Amino acid sequence: MINSSLKQFGQMLAKKEISSVEMTQTFLNRIQQYNPSINAFITLDADKTLAQAKLADARIAAGTAAPLTGIPIAQKDIFCAKGWRTTCGSKMLETFKAPYDAHVISQFDAEGAVNLGKTNMDEFAMGSSNETSFFGGVKNPWDFDRVPGGSSGGSAAAVAARLCAAATGTDTGGSIRQPASLCGFTGLKPTYGLVSRYGMIAFASSLDQAGPMAKSAEDCALMLDVMAGFDERDSTSLNRPKELYTRDLNMALKGLRIGLPREYFSEGLDANVAKVIEAAIAEYKKLGAEIVDISLPNSQLSIPVYYVLAPAEASSNLSRYDGVRYGHRAAQYDDLMDMYMKSRAEGFGAEVKRRILIGTYVLSAGYYDAYYLKAQQIRRLIADDFVQAFKKCDIIMGPTAPSTAFKAGEKADDPVAMYLQDVYTIATNLAGLPGMSIPAGFSNGLPVGLQIMGNYFDEARMLGVAHAYQQVTDWHQKAPEGIL
Amino acid sequence: MALNITDIKRIAHLARIEINEAEAQATLIKLSGILGLIEQMQAVNTTGITPMSHSQDVVQRLRDDVITEINQRELLQSNAPAVADGLYLVPKVIE
Amino acid sequence: MEWEVVIGLETHTQLQTKTKIFSGASTAFGAEPNTQADVVSTALPGVLPVLNREAVNCAIKFGLAINAEIAPRSVFARKNYFYPDLPKGYQISQYELPIVGKGKLTIQVGDKEKIINITRAHLEEDAGKSSHDLKSGGAVEGMSGIDLNRAGTPLLEIVTEPDMRSAAEAVAYAKKLHELVQWIDICDGNMQEGSFRCDVNVSVRPKGSEKLGTRREIKNLNSFKFMTQAIEYETRWQIETLEDGGKIQQATVLFNPDTGETKSMRSKEEANDYRYFPDPDLLPLEVTEADKARVQATMPELPEAMKARFEAEYGLSRYDAALMTQSTAHAKYFEQTAKISNQPKLAANFLSGEIAALLNADNIDISNCPIPPENLAAVIGLVANQKISNKTAKDILPNLWKVVSGNFILSTYEGMLLHLTQMGAVQINDASAIEAIIDGVLAANQAMAEEFKAGKEKAFNALVGQAMKASKGKANPAQVNEILKKKLSS
Repeated sequence: MINSSLKQFGQMLAKKEISSVEMTQTFLNRIQQYNPSINAFITLDADKTLAQAKLADARIAAGTAAPLTGIPIAQKDIFCAKGWRTTCGSKMLETFKAPYDAHVISQFDAEGAVNLGKTNMDEFAMGSSNETSFFGGVKNPWDFDRVPGGSSGGSAAAVAARLCAAATGTDTGGSIRQPASLCGFTGLKPTYGLVSRYGMIAFASSLDQAGPMAKSAEDCALMLDVMAGFDERDSTSLNRPKELYTRDLNMALKGLRIGLPREYFSEGLDANVAKVIEAAIAEYKKLGAEIVDISLPNSQLSIPVYYVLAPAEASSNLSRYDGVRYGHRAAQYDDLMDMYMKSRAEGFGAEVKRRILIGTYVLSAGYYDAYYLKAQQIRRLIADDFVQAFKKCDIIMGPTAPSTAFKAGEKADDPVAMYLQDVYTIATNLAGLPGMSIPAGFSNGLPVGLQIMGNYFDEARMLGVAHAYQQVTDWHQKAPEGIL
Repeated sequence: MALNITDIKRIAHLARIEINEAEAQATLIKLSGILGLIEQMQAVNTTGITPMSHSQDVVQRLRDDVITEINQRELLQSNAPAVADGLYLVPKVIE
Repeated sequence: MEWEVVIGLETHTQLQTKTKIFSGASTAFGAEPNTQADVVSTALPGVLPVLNREAVNCAIKFGLAINAEIAPRSVFARKNYFYPDLPKGYQISQYELPIVGKGKLTIQVGDKEKIINITRAHLEEDAGKSSHDLKSGGAVEGMSGIDLNRAGTPLLEIVTEPDMRSAAEAVAYAKKLHELVQWIDICDGNMQEGSFRCDVNVSVRPKGSEKLGTRREIKNLNSFKFMTQAIEYETRWQIETLEDGGKIQQATVLFNPDTGETKSMRSKEEANDYRYFPDPDLLPLEVTEADKARVQATMPELPEAMKARFEAEYGLSRYDAALMTQSTAHAKYFEQTAKISNQPKLAANFLSGEIAALLNADNIDISNCPIPPENLAAVIGLVANQKISNKTAKDILPNLWKVVSGNFILSTYEGMLLHLTQMGAVQINDASAIEAIIDGVLAANQAMAEEFKAGKEKAFNALVGQAMKASKGKANPAQVNEILKKKLSS
């Protein structure tokens, strides 16, 4: 059962083959069995979870079920959920109980989905390996010695190890797609503004976007149907008509122009990963797609630009953690200044502090123009590259990550090496474009993800493109042995 | 624009993060590496390019001036480290 | 050496909206601590700002009122600094692109008019409040308490050029601005509650010098009296410091009303580095011509226009017109009184004279004047028709002050006439009655009449005095003069 698609889960519930409570309990049991080793969840609350499952069963019985009613979904611990501890992977919020619901949480609640628990993540979503979490690293279910990617590492491991039916993630520079690639499942970062950021703890406000992490494109489409939508509480939420993201799942690929950016296949890309990607492209050719050579000339600048803009926004976003109204306050301090300095020194981990300091530096007097303003200008060049590219093609494809999952500890002490993990994913965040990663094969037994990038609001087509591939391949159905 | 230890201490103070000498030294090395990465930007001529703050060219939506929030003091203060008589307590502020 | 003081003002006006600038929490003054601190005001993780339309309208209204450029696009920025009453660790403000650009305000100092240039006005959020004198003992010992009810209240910060050259000019500007923001109904002007707070930048330079001296900023002045005292003290201090060979350090200072002195704030030893950058949670604010037209339609007649109209329509002097337009309440009271009595000049005289003095003595605002316009108009009507003298009218106003309120009879001309007649205050204009009185006086003072006839001019005044006395002061003095003259020359 645990390998089922969301649609199949829904059918089982509708046909009363299983109740939501039973289905939920099955996943809770799996979590109990595997979480101590995988560490995918930070917070579980079986009482709350099962109470939701009961409500879902009543709704199913009443015949008012929505597509995801009764299905257990794991929520990244970045979303405030009323009454749930919400830590964002940080000691700073170790005891913070959210007094309100994020928009994403409200949407799932309204759908009647079941909140299975809060998943582990890099602290304040800053990381690409989940190693910066205050609550410890997460194991990659394919190889426990390796990282699941990050920052949505807990959600990634939970989906890969079938500890949930699907999960939510957030993606500021690749935090949905890179773990999807490293753990072998489907993840989508929507167009910026499609999913409300209300109640989603901010890392870099102009880049953060929530999205689904699930086994297939079809599952992601069903998840996105729930998550997307206008929310007046987020000024950057886009007010557009509600779409049905499953609508193009069965589109034909004949004549589809797939652009391959030269820059994504040059040095830095693991040769075995490159082979997997090329094979996937060949599969698309067979499906009738046309391959176009494109260039994203400024893409190599996306990492420098990102590591100015994201830390700058973060340094300001994280100023609210001052130990006054909530969050960690040092036990001993001399005065107000000392309380600030100690509370923040103790409450934040090393990577978060590094990014706050970088961000503070690039915004400080005398450096703003050289760093922040310059980065914003290059950000436009990067976005313009995509505008040009989409004149020649409908969809862009390439690798999601430069390599497969690396060993825990391997890059933990080298921030620059870690940052290069996101070399192929960051540009879409900067441009605000949607991007996804789908399983495309294996290299040395580890999953490899194919990245699909679309134009603004082109999620339905991207999901259709991904679905077509998943109809003729079975990479997305592969699950790590030994835990099924 | 090479960083030095004074810069590290200055920005740590601005960011209100306590940092000791050893941490400052270690941070200097890591941050210098990151800044090295960032320096690649300086090679690009950006004269006349409008900075991009948002990915969508949309303008601010406005909210009607209507009270929508009710008093939730007790709930909101349940996360507070120190409160008394409805006030959040902090070490005495000296002006 | 002769010195010149150079002054510029930054004024924080709280805008009269029901809710905060970025959330739907109430802005009402005086609530229990933190009961109006919602999730946004408390800066909980994950919350986001959404801009209040009414705050934007208030800013546009102000821009229109001072003939300023209103930016078609303005941008909100974050001003980053740590302070316990600043919950996000940054204040959302406008930095490089404010909503209101350059404008002008004309002030009057003595009989001279002067234009003060306004550099800009921008929208921002207020901070919370820290209270430093908590009950002692227990957990609160040595602590400050933070109340975030005020956090997020919309402010319009109005910044002038360094155009003022004396405390009097600065105060005249502040008063004029205070009057204007209330006039256009964007701020309640309540200075005690902090709705209108001024920061004053003061520097001095040798007279004739073009170069500005180093300025010190006097923070948070919330009364015009303190503003005068603070500027005068600060000016003297700076001049003395320079004359003693010292240097002025740029600083933020506080005025202590108890000592009358300004003093540099201790906690600002470090240079501020606010790290402004555009707030990624908010999009550019667009103001279209249509938006401006919509706000313009709600704009009341502005003081300058009304002043000109009062001069033209009611024949008031420029001075009187200025007095009658010192506030909307004044203008409204004046116009009603003038229209009912049809005596605008008398109305202006009474308003700037007796009524002003009485209001002042009882510390009452004209909007709460115990004598409503109808009653004053009735009194003025009686003066105009010579039923009572100007002096009588002035004498009886303090009396009316107490009895007129809610008295319908006294709100009409006839009722007032009846009342004053009963009081014996009405003037005797009846020639035969006056003749009778004069006859009596002449009969009793024949010797005086003879003296006058013999050429002693002074005797005439004495006879007038006797006649007025006999009439208990009610006889029309002009008529007494006239009739007495006629009788004596016959």
